[in-house]
Amino acid sequence: MCAPSPVVGRHRQSRRRFADRFADDLTRALARAFDAEATSAQRGLLQGLDPRFKLVSMLSLILCAVLAQSLTLLAGLFLLAVALATLSGISPARLGQQVWLAVLIFTGVIALPSIVIVPGEPVWQVPWLHWTVTLQGLRSATFLIGRAETSATFALLLVLTTPWMHVLKAMRALGVPVVVVAILGMTHRYIFVLLQTAMQMFEARRSRIMAPMDGAQRRSLVMAAAGMLLAKSFQLSSEVHLAMVSRGYRGEVHLLHDFHARWRDWCVLLVALSLPAAILWSQR
Amino acid sequence: MHIPDGYLSPSTCAVAYAAALPVWYLALNKVKRLLHTRMVPLLALFSAFSFVIMMFNLPLPGGTTGHAVGIAVATIVLGPCASIVAISTALLIQAVFFGDGGITTFGANCLNMAMVGSFIAYWTYTLVAGRSVLQSPRRVVAAAIAGYLAINVSALFAAVEFGIQPILFHDTTGAPLYAPYPLSIAVPAMLIGHLSFAGLAELVISGGLVAYLQRANPDLLAFSMRSADVQPKLAGPGIWRSTRALWYGLAALMTLTPLGLLAVGTAWGEWGTDDFANAAARQEILHASGNVAPPVAAPQGMERLSSLWTAPIPDYAPSFMHSANYGYILSAVLGAGLILLLFLLVSRLVFKRDSAGL
Repeated sequence: MCAPSPVVGRHRQSRRRFADRFADDLTRALARAFDAEATSAQRGLLQGLDPRFKLVSMLSLILCAVLAQSLTLLAGLFLLAVALATLSGISPARLGQQVWLAVLIFTGVIALPSIVIVPGEPVWQVPWLHWTVTLQGLRSATFLIGRAETSATFALLLVLTTPWMHVLKAMRALGVPVVVVAILGMTHRYIFVLLQTAMQMFEARRSRIMAPMDGAQRRSLVMAAAGMLLAKSFQLSSEVHLAMVSRGYRGEVHLLHDFHARWRDWCVLLVALSLPAAILWSQR
Repeated sequence: MHIPDGYLSPSTCAVAYAAALPVWYLALNKVKRLLHTRMVPLLALFSAFSFVIMMFNLPLPGGTTGHAVGIAVATIVLGPCASIVAISTALLIQAVFFGDGGITTFGANCLNMAMVGSFIAYWTYTLVAGRSVLQSPRRVVAAAIAGYLAINVSALFAAVEFGIQPILFHDTTGAPLYAPYPLSIAVPAMLIGHLSFAGLAELVISGGLVAYLQRANPDLLAFSMRSADVQPKLAGPGIWRSTRALWYGLAALMTLTPLGLLAVGTAWGEWGTDDFANAAARQEILHASGNVAPPVAAPQGMERLSSLWTAPIPDYAPSFMHSANYGYILSAVLGAGLILLLFLLVSRLVFKRDSAGL
């Protein structure tokens, strides 16, 4: 009977958008973690490799993508990433959804102006605007997008095919201080605990709000949530600390190593390490 | 601000890692000494908190929203060293697990945000807050300014890293190989966004959080101060234990001094006034400067300033030594010895002042 107030409507929408966006972020982070766990448990080429060798190989391939000064080589590395993903049961569609599109949008926005800003040989003139697209600008934008896409794909392959705890153990095996590995392991665990807590706090607050909130009130809500989360983090860290000490923790962290290298791990490592060496040699 | 892989050249990434490594080492050791068994759970929880804070979408005046990094909050609550470790941990998880920021650029991201950001926030906060009481509104203002400055200085560092790429790295056609924009574009482009939206988000979250903590949990604002208070005074064998690794590293570096003898030519930009008149040196300058011809004569200003000071051992070659190689090694030993002596004197003076103050 009565039309909804446009003011209330806008407030409702922004309030929903604000809380929903956080819920979306949380859902995405959780989905990504569950996805990674599920994919790493599948059978596949990368899943079968020793995490230590896989970590070094992927880092080496990312380095290759950064070192490459030829677009053909960069395209070859990108195809290698797609082939490795396919052989590990990860479809290109999934890569596109999880990494390529996001990187393309982010890096594309940054790289796009370079096609007219970078001076060089003119290739085409944009009608009406009279901007000149240069060959050097196009090459530069392709390099930037190609490198970002290829590196991000290799990084995602590592995470999708290796449980996080194995990545950490592999880091330890490569000489990362044990205390750093322990902090990383606990941080990963508590990120989800705190995300869940933050989500519950927002939900609890939202369910008690009757009137629309303006900008200042929403800022105050976020501040209070952040402050409360900080206090909870400290309280939780004290509880975790006491729990650790009561179980015999005296500042020394011990990790179990149960990795076994096989001949194929060595082969993969050899190929992965020889690639950047070959690139460096060819670009002398 | 999270620089992805492929934006910076491998050499820039290597330099950033080289600059970040000693800071991580010192920060981790200091935090370990201060917190002992509390370190792992406290830093893990705070890293997780920093990560979650980066996901908060803050409504800003004007109807837009922005994300904060939480550098100032981490520094104010934990102190700069623990903040470096906590934010670096959050950045590593973001880079590896969530693909936000690169792996090769992780050193640069930590250098910009965790290290430069933390120190800027710490110095600004301590300077502006002064000795005001914990509940003082001055601390809210100090936190807001600290957050705003920290994020903007971090952005400036990132912009400079971007801006030097096209100058240093391009292919044979002249196309930039990494970040394509020069400093004249990269610096304003980064700073406009950070001086406005991102800076504002950091300002609001830093000031707002400190104001909230003053009312709800002032103990947290005193935490880093308490940690600093309980820092054990180093004395006698304690100093040797804590700096042993650094002394060994210094000794190893000193034994590598003769490697300098293998280098040929003069370091770029370290030319003397005589070099401009010397044909061989001119050829070397031309080659090292990307075929940009040096001026026909030494610049007047350089000529004037070069006569201001004459080194006692010019070109690392004492006049009494016949062999230039032995002279070089003797200069290294002498130089290192003088630096050690100077630091010994300074530390003596500082310790004397500290004991007098106790």
